[in-house]
Amino acid sequence: MNKNKEQLLNKRYKAEQRFRLYGLSAIFMALLFLTIFIFKIFSTGYSAFQKTWLIVPVTFDAELMMLDQNPSKEDLQDADYYDIALKSMADLDPNANEDQENELKRMVSYFFEKEIKNELLNDPNLIGKTKEVYLTASDDLDQVFKGNYPRDLPEDQRRVSDYQLKIFDQLVANGKVESKFNISFFTNADSREAELAGIASSFMGSIFSILVCLMIAFPVAVLAAIYLEEFAPKNRFTDFIEVNINNLAAVPSIVFGLLGLGVLLAIFQLPRSTPLVGGITLSLMTLPTIIIAARASLKAVPPSIREAALAMGASRMQTTMHHTVPLSMPGTLSGTIIGLAQALGETAPLILIGMVAFVNTIPGSPMDPAASLPVQIYIWAESAERGFVEKVSACIMVLLGFLIIMNLFAQIIRHKFEKKWS
Amino acid sequence: MNLILFTFIVLLGFTSYYFGRKKAYTIQSTKKRLTALPQFYGYYLAIWCAIPAFIIFSLWAIFEPTIVKLLILSDYSNQGYLDDELNLLYEKSKALSRGQFTGEITPFIEASAEKYLSLRSIAQSSKVVIVLSAIIASVAYAYKRISSNSRTREPVEKFLNAVLFTASLAAILTTVGIVFSLIFQTIDFFKVIPLFDFVFGTHWYPAKAFVRDSSEVLDPTMYSDTFGAVPIFAGTFFIAFIAMCVAIPIGLMSGIYLAEYASTKVRQYAKPLIEILAGIPTVVYGFFAALTVGPFLKELGTSMGLEVSAESALAAGGVMGIMIIPFISSLSDDVITSVPQSLRDGSYAMGATKSETIKRVIFPAALPGIVGSILLGVSRAIGETMIVVMASGLAANLTLNPLESTSTITAQIVVILIGDQAFGDPKTQAAFALGMSLFLVTLCLNIVALRVVKKYREKYE
Repeated sequence: MNKNKEQLLNKRYKAEQRFRLYGLSAIFMALLFLTIFIFKIFSTGYSAFQKTWLIVPVTFDAELMMLDQNPSKEDLQDADYYDIALKSMADLDPNANEDQENELKRMVSYFFEKEIKNELLNDPNLIGKTKEVYLTASDDLDQVFKGNYPRDLPEDQRRVSDYQLKIFDQLVANGKVESKFNISFFTNADSREAELAGIASSFMGSIFSILVCLMIAFPVAVLAAIYLEEFAPKNRFTDFIEVNINNLAAVPSIVFGLLGLGVLLAIFQLPRSTPLVGGITLSLMTLPTIIIAARASLKAVPPSIREAALAMGASRMQTTMHHTVPLSMPGTLSGTIIGLAQALGETAPLILIGMVAFVNTIPGSPMDPAASLPVQIYIWAESAERGFVEKVSACIMVLLGFLIIMNLFAQIIRHKFEKKWS
Repeated sequence: MNLILFTFIVLLGFTSYYFGRKKAYTIQSTKKRLTALPQFYGYYLAIWCAIPAFIIFSLWAIFEPTIVKLLILSDYSNQGYLDDELNLLYEKSKALSRGQFTGEITPFIEASAEKYLSLRSIAQSSKVVIVLSAIIASVAYAYKRISSNSRTREPVEKFLNAVLFTASLAAILTTVGIVFSLIFQTIDFFKVIPLFDFVFGTHWYPAKAFVRDSSEVLDPTMYSDTFGAVPIFAGTFFIAFIAMCVAIPIGLMSGIYLAEYASTKVRQYAKPLIEILAGIPTVVYGFFAALTVGPFLKELGTSMGLEVSAESALAAGGVMGIMIIPFISSLSDDVITSVPQSLRDGSYAMGATKSETIKRVIFPAALPGIVGSILLGVSRAIGETMIVVMASGLAANLTLNPLESTSTITAQIVVILIGDQAFGDPKTQAAFALGMSLFLVTLCLNIVALRVVKKYREKYE
């Protein structure tokens, strides 16, 4: 009898421990996913912040460039750089035949002509001399240098030929290949060539969309929250508005994309693919988030504040505008920033309103076609070239960086400025 | 141009505020009592400046394009053009006047373009004149009207109240906008494709419905067996099911652990860390699923002798489940914490262990709230787009094998609408019909979930 009881008790304690273990392992799993996730992104992405350069001696032969004696600045602008660019690449291997010369050319980006031109424009005295110029390596060689390229594949399955690898290895052995911080990743617009593609255009697109979103969503949401929390009579219509807000907060984002497409583009005829339309669509999406946050922080202002103001003879509007709203601002602002951070990471609605178009210029206003950072991630992730994989991860790192900064900012506002009433 | 005008009007508003307040001070200096604080006199005048400007701006925005179009097309009336051709002509001349025209330039179009430009400039300048004169007139009128005993605070506050009320309508307007943008395309779609074929058809090949010539007579038989949405709906619920299989156990157990077992310190760090998972953009999850999880599962399957598609439903659903974990864990944590302590104490007093208390007392008490949080999670899973677009297949495939690829409502919408769309084409309309069904399904789930959670909260508060 006693033994039975003890067994039962033991069993129950074991069950207790098991249950606790389940809980712990669930949390552990969730955190494990997070770690794997971040590790994977960082380990594939960090190399994109480095760019591989080939150091190639270029002879600025005036004759080949069709330049006269003492050329002016315009002459230098219009000169023909293609021949000397080709020649300097071909000179890497004096014994190269025509096919091999072509392969040599493809070891650098198609931008190489311009890079050589810029070198001369910076220093016009170089004419007739030879200088070692940094040329952007092609994305495949970039990956080879970073060790991400499967060199042991059979040659016909690679985009880099054995010949190119041979020359490249010689260059590496001579110290003519260098890896430097990839500035162009931040200053270039998108490109079909992985080695030249950058995030400048999508970054500006994101900034413009977020600004438009902020300018629309913030005032409307705060005013709506003030009305609902401070002035609205308790009736069915107010209830209806509330049900609407709560529902909108849970409507899938892609539906907002359909709204943008069907109303903003089709009926109002706003320009396609622009951050303006993207921002308006995102603002409709963030509106409920900000309203809910603003209402919560208005609600947190204790009634004694309102009563004191009313007792001093302030009208209800004055009480609200002079006392309640300023006191609720920290909470509202941090809610706004969190809403904007959500909007910044949103992709699907922007795809529907055409912000996936290939844009190789940096937009100067919200009316210019642009992509946004998450859409850029999508575009690059769908590209087949190996060089884009690390670009995607790097772009994700930039995006996550922004999200972290925004969330930290929201936390700081909340902790520094929010008054604790108790 | 408009920006300059706008800035100017804002400046005018500030000036009127200044003059209103100044007048109030003048009245005050004559030892007369004011009925409101001086700044209300200023606000009053500023409102009298803003209202006419707003009315005229909106009138212009609504009527200017229509009138200009009518005037331009009046040149072409009685020449036997069809409506569509006239619209095209108008668009062409508009494009030409902006320098964006790339077709053949005919004298007609050139003339229209010139006329368009001149009409636009007439419209612009008349707008400037009318707006400014209206503002000056109304502000002058109001300025004369205000005196020591005129009421200014009440109208100003009424106006503010009206503005606040209008802002609160934004939520309703958005909902109306959603329904409006979906419903017309959906109705048009069901005019061509019978509702029955859409709901019960088992073949989904929207690529078959190529863009038609608008003159061609609609032939419904052309689309039979093209827009059967069963595989899409099945795929959507299937992937959502896989996601919930991952999210419910992990999310619920971590919610319980955080609420009942974890020390304050663990809770303080673990909760925000788990919530990071909810803050990661979905496109990042999509990339992770497509690049890491999909190939990993494929390799794993091959080593076990299974045939796994690189775009399997399992990869998309599993990653989606990870995304949903924090929704369920946070919500169920909240729900469990709000179960009154007295229930726990009663159970402990009877000698129950902690896990027995949780399983037999707290869980049943918190069940409605937990169900609500799960329903919200399901609604998330159904509406999730980027993970499926990037990691699951794009061809609709009626299957219950998690190792094969399937497609979802959201993925199909993106596939159809990416790139240029032709409105009026059944393929485009199909995307809107899918959007409508998505909206309705998530709406129902949300309403039920929110109601359940609300009822539950009321019970214990």
